[in-house]
Amino acid sequence: MSVLIYSEEPNLRLELLGKGRELADTMDSKLAALQIGDGNPEELIKYGADLVYVAEHPLLGEWSLEPYRSVLLKAVEEASPSVILIGATKRGKELAASLAASLGVGLLTECLSLKLEDGKLIAERLTYGGSAIARVASLKKPHIATVPQRVFKRPEPAERRGEVLKLEVEPEKPKAEVVERREKVREEVGLEEAEVIVAAGRGFKKKEDLKLLEELAEVLGAKIGGTRPIAADYGWMKEWIGISGHKVRPKLYIAVGISGTVHHAAGIRDCGIIVAINRDENANIFNLADYGIVGDLYEVLPALTKALRERLKK
Amino acid sequence: MRIIALLKDIVDLDELRFDPSTRKPITEGVKHVISELDKRALETAIRLKEKHGGEVLALSLGGPETKTVMLEALAMGADAAYIVYDESLRGLDAHGTSRVLAAAIDKIGDYGLILCGEMSLDSLSAQVGPRVAELLGLPMISYARELELVDDKRLRAVRDLEDVDEVVEVELPAVVSVVREINEPRIPTLMSIMRAKRKPTTIWDASAIGVDPDALKAERAVEILNVEAPMVERKKKIIEGETVEEKVERLVEALIDEGVLGV
Repeated sequence: MSVLIYSEEPNLRLELLGKGRELADTMDSKLAALQIGDGNPEELIKYGADLVYVAEHPLLGEWSLEPYRSVLLKAVEEASPSVILIGATKRGKELAASLAASLGVGLLTECLSLKLEDGKLIAERLTYGGSAIARVASLKKPHIATVPQRVFKRPEPAERRGEVLKLEVEPEKPKAEVVERREKVREEVGLEEAEVIVAAGRGFKKKEDLKLLEELAEVLGAKIGGTRPIAADYGWMKEWIGISGHKVRPKLYIAVGISGTVHHAAGIRDCGIIVAINRDENANIFNLADYGIVGDLYEVLPALTKALRERLKK
Repeated sequence: MRIIALLKDIVDLDELRFDPSTRKPITEGVKHVISELDKRALETAIRLKEKHGGEVLALSLGGPETKTVMLEALAMGADAAYIVYDESLRGLDAHGTSRVLAAAIDKIGDYGLILCGEMSLDSLSAQVGPRVAELLGLPMISYARELELVDDKRLRAVRDLEDVDEVVEVELPAVVSVVREINEPRIPTLMSIMRAKRKPTTIWDASAIGVDPDALKAERAVEILNVEAPMVERKKKIIEGETVEEKVERLVEALIDEGVLGV
């Protein structure tokens, strides 16, 4: 019985050690970490591991599903864990689902909290596209969960003792052949990093009217966003904010002519202050906002831009 | 080549509401749609067919509404729809769902490619693709942003990962999951909607695909305990005023007090 953690992402690996240590302690069991390829197993011990399995093999040089899964299966065989935590990177999510299918067990993905209760692993995770939180239970061992970055705190390192074990394994060959890896180019400041966002919804009658929003954005130094319908259906913008689009967290978010669907709400939940401008006093956006103005955006927007221009010049 | 697109029938998240007092989702009466990323998987399949020939089959494990939902898939260009609908198979976890889909894919047979979205937009769990691949013993290519056939035995895809775009090639048959950026799904024309109604739809129950609902229930590994909207802690202040100018002036004051205008 133990807890086993794995992530190819160095920071996430440490965060998993923190949570893994806590879960292992509640079961009075050991915390094992799997390290594939290069790394410092002693560091993993400092951050909480009792055991570090190290797997090295030419097939493990670059990440690929089948070899990595076979190593993880081997580590599961050695450690017989009751809980397996895997970092929810894209690679990690694919690996976890594939591992769960190999073992014929359940998987809780992208968990925001984790605790053991009566032999079950209980987690909270987003559902309905991010608009709701589900509390879910893994009923059978080994419990497998994936965890996104920055959900759990990185533990404090300490001088601890642990064991480093070489994992003897002949990895499975990859089924796909990697032809090329292209490094991604970081784009300029996107909606996710914007400090102020002004966003348009279906209250705008035509694309040219977005000019009114652009003027407001200029005064505020804001990025412009929109809802799914005006981007995906009308094609007025390339990207949108909401369940299937960007999740934003500016200090100030001004929603103009937006009704406030569940879809949109999920994308703006973490905003600082939300202002809503809408003609319909019953629009749901007013339930999601800190300040609301009931009125025609074609009158309110120019007035707001003018007032802000005067005030911000001072 | 036969391409199977795995489509999930979900409630239209744009129309989903929550009960204000219990914060529970109200799914009754809400329209059902094909999950957005699965629709892009279907679009990918149709474009491959348009270029190379073959057939596109849409497969879904669903409920009473799924037949109507699949009409859109047929109208977009799928040649036939297969629906697994059995009350004893409702509410399965990802493990059970993947077992059922793998059994249905086996029953359809003779496939070259299986496509799905990287995750469904309702449960966001991203498990079905890799699980189905594992159950069928097929290669899994996740997060495809571009996809093309090198020949009728080989596929090339660009995988959209966090740090790199990974170009991979793989022998068919394979399972591929797609990301949003792969394409914009077509909107069916009225004509194609009319034609869709004449295309074949096969509905299978558990015994038709040889799965045992009791065994699947016994294997159940994940239970949903509770679903609710998070508390919205907002001020919800409606700014009153005689004129638009007055309202706007008060809003600006409020925003200055909040310290979000940088003055």
